[in-house]
Amino acid sequence: MVAAESAESIVKAIHDPSWFLRYSWLIALLPAIAAAFTLFIGKRTPGKGSVYGITALAAALVMSLGVLWTFVGGERGFYEASIPWFQIGQLHMEAGVYVDGLTAVMLVVVTSISLCVHIYSLGYMKGDVRYTWFYVVLSLFTSAMLVVVLANNLFMLLVGWEIMGVCSYLLIGHWWEDHVNSSSAIKAFITTRVGDVPFMFGIFVLVFITGFTTSNIPKISEIVSSGGASVGLVSAAALLLFGGTIGKSAQFPLHVWLPDAMAGPTPVSALIHAATMVAAGVYLVGRLFIVFLDADPVVLQIVAIVAGITMLGAALMAFTQDDIKRVLAYSTISQLAYMIAGMSMGPAGRTGAFFHLFTHAFFKALLFLGSGAVIHAVHSNNMSEMGGLRRRLPITFWTFLIGSLALSGVPPLAGFWSKDELLVVAEHEGHPVLFVVLLVTALLTAFYMTRAVLLTFYGDFRGHGEPHEAPRSMTGVLVALASVTVVAGFVGSPQLGAVFGKWVYFQELEEALFVPWVAVLSTLAALGGILIGYAVYRDYQARDPLRSLGGAYTLVSNKFYIDDVYWKGIVRPIRDDVSSGVYWNDRHVIDGVVNGAAAFTKVVASGVNWFDLKVIDGAVNGLANIAGFTGGLLRYIQSGNVQRYAVFLFTGVVVLAVIFTKI
Amino acid sequence: MIRLPLVLFLSAALFSTGVYGVLARRNGVLVLMSIELMLNAVNINLVAFGAALHDLTGQVFALFVITVAAAEVGIGLAIVILIYRNRETINVDEVNLLKW
Amino acid sequence: MTWENSAITIATLLPLAGALVIALVPRQYEKGVRALGIVFTGAALVFAIAITFTFDYGASGLQFQLNTSWIPAIDARYHVGIDGISLPLFVLTFVLSFLCAIYTWRVVPKPGKTKAFIGLTLLLETGMAGTFIAFDLILFFVFWELVLVPMYFLIGIWGSSNREYAAIKFFLYTLLGSVFMLLGFLAMFFNSDIGGGVHTFDIVQLQQYAASGGFSHAFQLIVFAAVGLGFAVKVPMWPFHTWLPDAHTEAPTIGSVLLAGVMLKMGAYGFIRIALPILPYGAQKYAPWIGLLAAIAIVYAALACLAQKDLKRLIAFSSVGHMGFVMLGIATLTSIGINAAIFGMVAHGLITGMLFFCVGSLYDRYHTREIAEIGGGVMQKLPYLGGVFAFVAIASLGLPGLAGFWGEVMALLSSYSPAQSLSTPLFRAFMIAGGVGTILTAGYFLWMLQRVNMGTLPEKWKAEAFGDVAAVEWVSWVPLLVGIVVLGLFPSLLTDVTQAPVNSLLGLFGA
Repeated sequence: MVAAESAESIVKAIHDPSWFLRYSWLIALLPAIAAAFTLFIGKRTPGKGSVYGITALAAALVMSLGVLWTFVGGERGFYEASIPWFQIGQLHMEAGVYVDGLTAVMLVVVTSISLCVHIYSLGYMKGDVRYTWFYVVLSLFTSAMLVVVLANNLFMLLVGWEIMGVCSYLLIGHWWEDHVNSSSAIKAFITTRVGDVPFMFGIFVLVFITGFTTSNIPKISEIVSSGGASVGLVSAAALLLFGGTIGKSAQFPLHVWLPDAMAGPTPVSALIHAATMVAAGVYLVGRLFIVFLDADPVVLQIVAIVAGITMLGAALMAFTQDDIKRVLAYSTISQLAYMIAGMSMGPAGRTGAFFHLFTHAFFKALLFLGSGAVIHAVHSNNMSEMGGLRRRLPITFWTFLIGSLALSGVPPLAGFWSKDELLVVAEHEGHPVLFVVLLVTALLTAFYMTRAVLLTFYGDFRGHGEPHEAPRSMTGVLVALASVTVVAGFVGSPQLGAVFGKWVYFQELEEALFVPWVAVLSTLAALGGILIGYAVYRDYQARDPLRSLGGAYTLVSNKFYIDDVYWKGIVRPIRDDVSSGVYWNDRHVIDGVVNGAAAFTKVVASGVNWFDLKVIDGAVNGLANIAGFTGGLLRYIQSGNVQRYAVFLFTGVVVLAVIFTKI
Repeated sequence: MIRLPLVLFLSAALFSTGVYGVLARRNGVLVLMSIELMLNAVNINLVAFGAALHDLTGQVFALFVITVAAAEVGIGLAIVILIYRNRETINVDEVNLLKW
Repeated sequence: MTWENSAITIATLLPLAGALVIALVPRQYEKGVRALGIVFTGAALVFAIAITFTFDYGASGLQFQLNTSWIPAIDARYHVGIDGISLPLFVLTFVLSFLCAIYTWRVVPKPGKTKAFIGLTLLLETGMAGTFIAFDLILFFVFWELVLVPMYFLIGIWGSSNREYAAIKFFLYTLLGSVFMLLGFLAMFFNSDIGGGVHTFDIVQLQQYAASGGFSHAFQLIVFAAVGLGFAVKVPMWPFHTWLPDAHTEAPTIGSVLLAGVMLKMGAYGFIRIALPILPYGAQKYAPWIGLLAAIAIVYAALACLAQKDLKRLIAFSSVGHMGFVMLGIATLTSIGINAAIFGMVAHGLITGMLFFCVGSLYDRYHTREIAEIGGGVMQKLPYLGGVFAFVAIASLGLPGLAGFWGEVMALLSSYSPAQSLSTPLFRAFMIAGGVGTILTAGYFLWMLQRVNMGTLPEKWKAEAFGDVAAVEWVSWVPLLVGIVVLGLFPSLLTDVTQAPVNSLLGLFGA
């Protein structure tokens, strides 16, 4: 491997770690402490507990920026530190951090967006029944996500991964009074867990490679890259790990939970289901990229296929949604697939994917928070009850528009640069099919975002009441995120030296390329999508013009019937039929044997009892009965009639007399 | 002097009448009287044999028997009266408690 | 009489002494009896904690040993001791008993009879604690059976509607297992030889005898089946589990807590302490079957849970599944697996004990355990109780960072690569079954929470004046809740204790 050789020079432990690196574990710990404070004394604090999370995250953001600064300053190595956690068998668990440029970028993304969401929620969740609890879970989630980002070993990563899952569950079901919300929460948890189990097995495989001694990521990477494990094992590990990605990042065929997860409060959707947690699946692939690279090439092809199916399918499904958050949810699925497609294209694609993750986090959070502001104003999620909000919510409109353009890939906004980089890699590394799919998806993305913008902000207002712009805490966040969205792309822009690639790279620095015709093509795709969207939805009144597509529309609006197949084909049969069958078996077959044995014993016992009573005791009683019976016969002689006695007496005397006479 | 066999016939006839009365009559008083008949038949025999054999023992026995018979009839009638008071009948068929 | 040789005996027998004292207290001092229960279980717990402080964690051998003559006529000796395998379970016994005594301060279940209730609980405690320290087969058997009687009465007198059936089923089923176990013990005794044709019931000596190749292979196969059946019923392993849902459903709250928290562990402990070391060949031969039953139990119990309408029955079935993970760990015959099993046992004791407390408290308020009857909205009516319940349920489905996770995930990890003598593909299949089981487990717990905790409160409960978690309940729960978090964050508290003895145990398997 060419990369591995030059890796020696670049991937090395940082010689003299800065203060921020040495205390990077604090970044994950701070939100956890904040969560504990909010939980125990939050209700009694002024502001009902929101202050802890915001303070902790502000501090964590500062520290994350400090960490990133180290790498901006030209550092190229990594920092790893750990303390022993526990030992079981020969397996040594450790608690530690692994910080490199990728970690630093992720730290900044997570802490900044989490901070934004914490602040935004001040307004959005105001007066909520479980306001304090909301902040507890939000902070706990952030902490778990930071653990995932920082973890230097797989088990710690798994711990953070699952805690994120539970927080996601709790927040989706935040308004659990409504059955739909709690069902969505369960769906999200179970669906991701279906992916997490293979992920856990993948960890087992990697731990097995080390001889069950450690789950340390650098050590595993070293063993894998030095060929210390068979290709079969590595491929199995990669595929199993990818299961976790499919679940967490909502890829086909486990994408079904993410749209339903929109039942949660909008800030949650922005943080967890757009910017951070769902990106953890992508992060996982990137963090253990060596496993995917050294696996059989088929593995990356599978990854590419899954990503391709997901990005097109999800983009199509976004067309038919009326719920603005669901449009964004499908868009998220599609964009995550974009990143994963990048991963499947090798080290250069990995950098592109992370760049897209980085930009996407900001503009998608912006879009979600913007949609939150809209929902806050019109008290409905449905775009059919919106419209004409451009003048009523000017700040929301402009920021949302920036987000949409960025997502559509209009230069020079953030999304353009990251999409362009992925397209360039696809072209450059020879993935023509993927290139086309990416391009088509870009067009589709521009189309449905145009639809969303037109339906929400243009035309006449179709809802009720008089919508008002959101409070300062919310709009402030929107403006901040919009500004980031405008500039974030430049960190990866080849014209400006593509500094992003100097922070996030795999083993060796990649040269960022700029291919003019690809850039033109991607811009055309974006503009094309926007124009078509404008043409179709310009005169939107009540009926979606796409409905005229007939059967195709029905198929897509029913989510390709995948949810139905899962629900009717898997979930309900298991939950209702198989389980009842098993329980019936338990009651009647297994317990039947037990009770049957008891009943049999009772039957035998009563048989023995019968024998004892009738046969053995029967003999005894029989003798007595014979005597009684005979006596019964004889008793008739004793009639009580004295005269009859006298007759017998007399007869006897006569008989005796006769006998004696004869003698 | 009456001949002995004739007396014995008389007594035998009396005795038989008594036995018949004891065994066949249903009236308690009649049964008692039949017993008297049988006792008197015995008495006749005793007296007759005493005279024939010139022995006084027979007469003495007869006297005893008369005495005992008197006592017996006294008790017997008392019983019959009591039965009558309790059961309002002196039909001996209905007085069959003496069984089982 | 030194601390070394008498501490565990005193700790074990203190509750028995308490039971005797309570028997002498006049009936009318009701609260006094409850207080005495707390005092005696508390005193025993103090001893147990003192033992943990004077315990030598580095050593793998027996500590606090006392080996003296007991019944010379049958060569039974009073041999007690404690090592890293028994210490966690020993302490768990005292902790749970103490918390149960505190919980009883609030309410004694119908039909009252406080004296008998507390007395039997104390007797139960002695039996359970004794099982974990006995190193003589007869002594072990005596303690083992001693547990049955109080539990029989606890279910039979203080249980709910179908209590007699459940109590008899529990008693007879366990007794059936015990008979085979006793036969196995006798077979071990008569086949042992510690020099000069002398037989022994001593577990340590039997282990040495077995290690020297004393027991033939055929003998081991037969005796392992007999002894294993006895333990399997107690665990309970599928398909010997059907007494458990009935016993749990009918038992009073603290009966369920102790049953799930400690008694089930006696079976798994028996495997680790007696069956594995004395009959290593048998263990290797039967391990795949144990693993198979464990894997079936995990999936089967999870499916059965989905069909439950009664909360307590649901949790009882979940116990079957969790014990499946424990048995899977044991069946791998690896250090990770057996450590995971012990971890799983302690975690299950804390978590499921806590779940039964929650359900008991729900029942105290709602007077029903039917999920449909309760009808949701517990979080609205009783936010704290509902919150605790949700927390424990999530801990039970194996959330990382809480105690339930490590036992399960390590058991699965160990079955990825079991001991050399066992079939790896087979155990990987078990691992996959276990993985499916964790999904289903999440499914039924979350579904239960949705139906019980979430949603809106039905009209019929709105007028009821239910008190949220009472002070006494908090006192008896907080230690468990803290334990769940602490063990999840610092598993080394447990693994450091069990590591050394488990490794020396596995020396017998050449691992």
